[in-house]
Amino acid sequence: MNIAPAVSPATLLQRPPDLQVIGLTKQFGHFVALDQVSLHLKPGTFHALLGENGAGKSTLVKCVMGFHAPTSGEILIDSQPVPIHSPRDAHHYGIGMVYQHFTSVPAMTVAENLVLSRYDSPNLISWKQEMESLRSFMDSAPFQVPLELPIAQLAAGQKQKLEILKQLYLQSRILILDEPTSVLTPNEADEVLGLLREQVTAGGLSVLMISHKFREVTAFVDEVTVLRKGQFAGHGLVKDLTISDMAEMMMGERRDPTSVNKVVHHSPTPILEVINLHANKDNGVEAFTDVNLTVYSGEIVGIAGISGNGQRELVEVLAGQRDPSAGQVVINGSPYRATRSEMYQHQVYALPEEPLRNACVPHMTVAENMALRSFDRPPQSNGFLLVLRAIREMSLGLIQQFSVKTPSPETPVGYLSGGNVQRTVLARELSSDQIKLLIAANPCFGLDFAAVDFIHTQIVEARNRGVAILLVSEDLDELLKLSDRIIVISAGQFVYESPTATADFATIGRSMAGH
Amino acid sequence: MSWRTIAWRKTLESTLIPFGAILVGLLLFGVFCAVAGANPFAVYGSIWKSAFGKWSTFQNTLIRAAPLMLSALCTALPARLGLVIIGNEGALVMGGLAAVSIGLAIGTAAPPLMVQIAMGLAGMAAGGIWIAFAGALRHYRAVNETISSLLLNYIAIALLNHLVGGPMRDPSSLNKPSSYPLAAVNMLGTIPGTRVHWGLVYGLIACIIAYVLIQRTTFGFAARTAGGNIRAARIAGLPVGQLTLIICFLAGSCAGLAGMVEVAAVQGSVNESLNVGYGYGGILVAFAARHNPIAAIFMALLVGGILASGGSLQRTHGLPDATVLVFQGLVFLVVLYSDSLYGRFSFFKEKPQLVAPPSPPPSPGQESVIVS
Repeated sequence: MNIAPAVSPATLLQRPPDLQVIGLTKQFGHFVALDQVSLHLKPGTFHALLGENGAGKSTLVKCVMGFHAPTSGEILIDSQPVPIHSPRDAHHYGIGMVYQHFTSVPAMTVAENLVLSRYDSPNLISWKQEMESLRSFMDSAPFQVPLELPIAQLAAGQKQKLEILKQLYLQSRILILDEPTSVLTPNEADEVLGLLREQVTAGGLSVLMISHKFREVTAFVDEVTVLRKGQFAGHGLVKDLTISDMAEMMMGERRDPTSVNKVVHHSPTPILEVINLHANKDNGVEAFTDVNLTVYSGEIVGIAGISGNGQRELVEVLAGQRDPSAGQVVINGSPYRATRSEMYQHQVYALPEEPLRNACVPHMTVAENMALRSFDRPPQSNGFLLVLRAIREMSLGLIQQFSVKTPSPETPVGYLSGGNVQRTVLARELSSDQIKLLIAANPCFGLDFAAVDFIHTQIVEARNRGVAILLVSEDLDELLKLSDRIIVISAGQFVYESPTATADFATIGRSMAGH
Repeated sequence: MSWRTIAWRKTLESTLIPFGAILVGLLLFGVFCAVAGANPFAVYGSIWKSAFGKWSTFQNTLIRAAPLMLSALCTALPARLGLVIIGNEGALVMGGLAAVSIGLAIGTAAPPLMVQIAMGLAGMAAGGIWIAFAGALRHYRAVNETISSLLLNYIAIALLNHLVGGPMRDPSSLNKPSSYPLAAVNMLGTIPGTRVHWGLVYGLIACIIAYVLIQRTTFGFAARTAGGNIRAARIAGLPVGQLTLIICFLAGSCAGLAGMVEVAAVQGSVNESLNVGYGYGGILVAFAARHNPIAAIFMALLVGGILASGGSLQRTHGLPDATVLVFQGLVFLVVLYSDSLYGRFSFFKEKPQLVAPPSPPPSPGQESVIVS
């Protein structure tokens, strides 16, 4: 590697380098993703990069990592301008990144993945030697993951720890984390961030974290830089700022979360009844057993639980993506097998998690994706033939009503940003007047505050209209805010149930953890 | 509206890339010819002349294009559902076998038109069931449809050889075991004023129906949804298994009809000439047409032309008859490679232009269209 010999390789240093970004601009075509943004990551600090979806946070760190070439501006390491053209260059200066999604090979073991991640991995691997050095590395690491386990057997929290360990193994001194806790439980998140915090305090590491969660920012972070619409919107020490100060920098205006106004329904009727339901995971192991549940009209039932405890499979069964192995689902008193005609008859809608993966066809257009529920009914079809004009008109209305940002209704939905894909699905699933039952799973995952508020308002409005709603979420605050009744699922079984008003927070936490 | 401009760039991309690929294939073939000792430009000239040069020779191209169109649909239709079916040859053989069986069974006991309709239906049913079987294996047992449909080809060809060498064999066919010939009155005629049989019309109609079915009907919408994302299809309650079976049946029936056309318009009986490569040629046509049935019509003409020029290459350049198969193979490889080029040329990319929202949006989300 013969890059910029002016700066000595940071991998040999014991202290983190000083990273400065000065006046960085990045354009994609005519679109300005970043406009003259500056940031200073001082050695041995924990820095958070805040901003709404699309504010340019990811673009900024991708420029630092060398994935994107900046249109203009400079990146300085220890006050020297350096060219970074690839993640390998970034590694050379001691910068490593942990991505939102896992980057380990599922079929290989932890040890193999660690060796694989090295930029200088040898052609012939002496496993005896490698294992020894890995063990001594693991002993000194802030957290441990069993070296011999295949990645596929790790829980999400362990995988995320491994991603961070990988960077420590590569001797990165500046760690960039892209929403590192989005796949972790609150306890796991606190543990991982706490351990990183210790490393930072000890002076061996700097951390730049993209985050949406103020709770984590106030608990672990020293400094924040805030972006808004691709521009620098503010900077400061966390101890000098309040949450509403930071929120104001992000949003440009002070905004309290909309309070939830719930209507009291008299004489609710049962809409969804789940009777002794069982289903298996993909690998044939039981995902949940003997689940019984009733959701009444005008009620939001929240299901809390740590991910991987069967709630995803429960949603898949109810949404029609998975066959139950035993038991039955009854809607409005009649058995329900999630066929299209039953969905229409009972007006069942779903907001699944990861909408692009679960509820959209990426290469089909926004209009077609919006028509997924209704394309075979008049006026969008005339018996067997589609009425393309009607589909287009319907989508134009929904695009405006739900402010979906798309160049046109004919743009493939896969081209849109995550938030706009979510809005496309929301528009399709919530626009029906007759909706009777809504099944929602982590509907706000990865969205900014404005979008979350919008979705919460829509869900409560639906509830007030008399819709029965089953809300599965890993965000306990969301469940406590929205649901009328809260149920905890652990190891595939319901272990706690209470009206939200009288729910005991400590008991919920213990039940989630399986105690 | 801006989406019109987006549409033309996309259309241009999906037109120019396959044609470019064929051009590159032609270039590579020229190198091959030069190595084999023939002047590449003279060879190009001969191909052009014997494929498209004169009306009389163009008719040969049309005769070969007809089964290619039908056989291409056997790959193109399931592709919209996300399946890669390459059992065209097998379905074609089964269709031919069934058509001849019915044709021989009825003989002259019914008016020729009725016999032809019965042969067509029998061919379609046999081919359809053949591919539907691969679809069923896929849906119910998760067997890879590409492998199963490929293996079904060998079974079909073996069955053909068994039947024409045994139970169905006409003792008078000495060199090349064949079934008994169809009665001359039951053969498909030619389009008046040409040497081209009515199979061409079948092919054209089938391609147009397939296009309308996929793009303009609720059935096609459901199939495209299931093909694009099966999880989304299930959330919408679409019957994925039923769609798989129906699409596979329709696909197979097109190839089966191609088999019927070959026996009832060209061969007159079934024998090993039935599997001369229209099945594999159909796969090429489908991929080059990017599984668009209308584009398949034109690609079938092109590939038909290449096949039709085989004899002339042998006569004028001393190249073996199989040279055209080398050409076909080269084109196929380049076409498959060209699939990886979509989205690589900035010229074809749609310009990111935001349509300004007509009124201030009710909720102030600020996501951009470009995924950062």
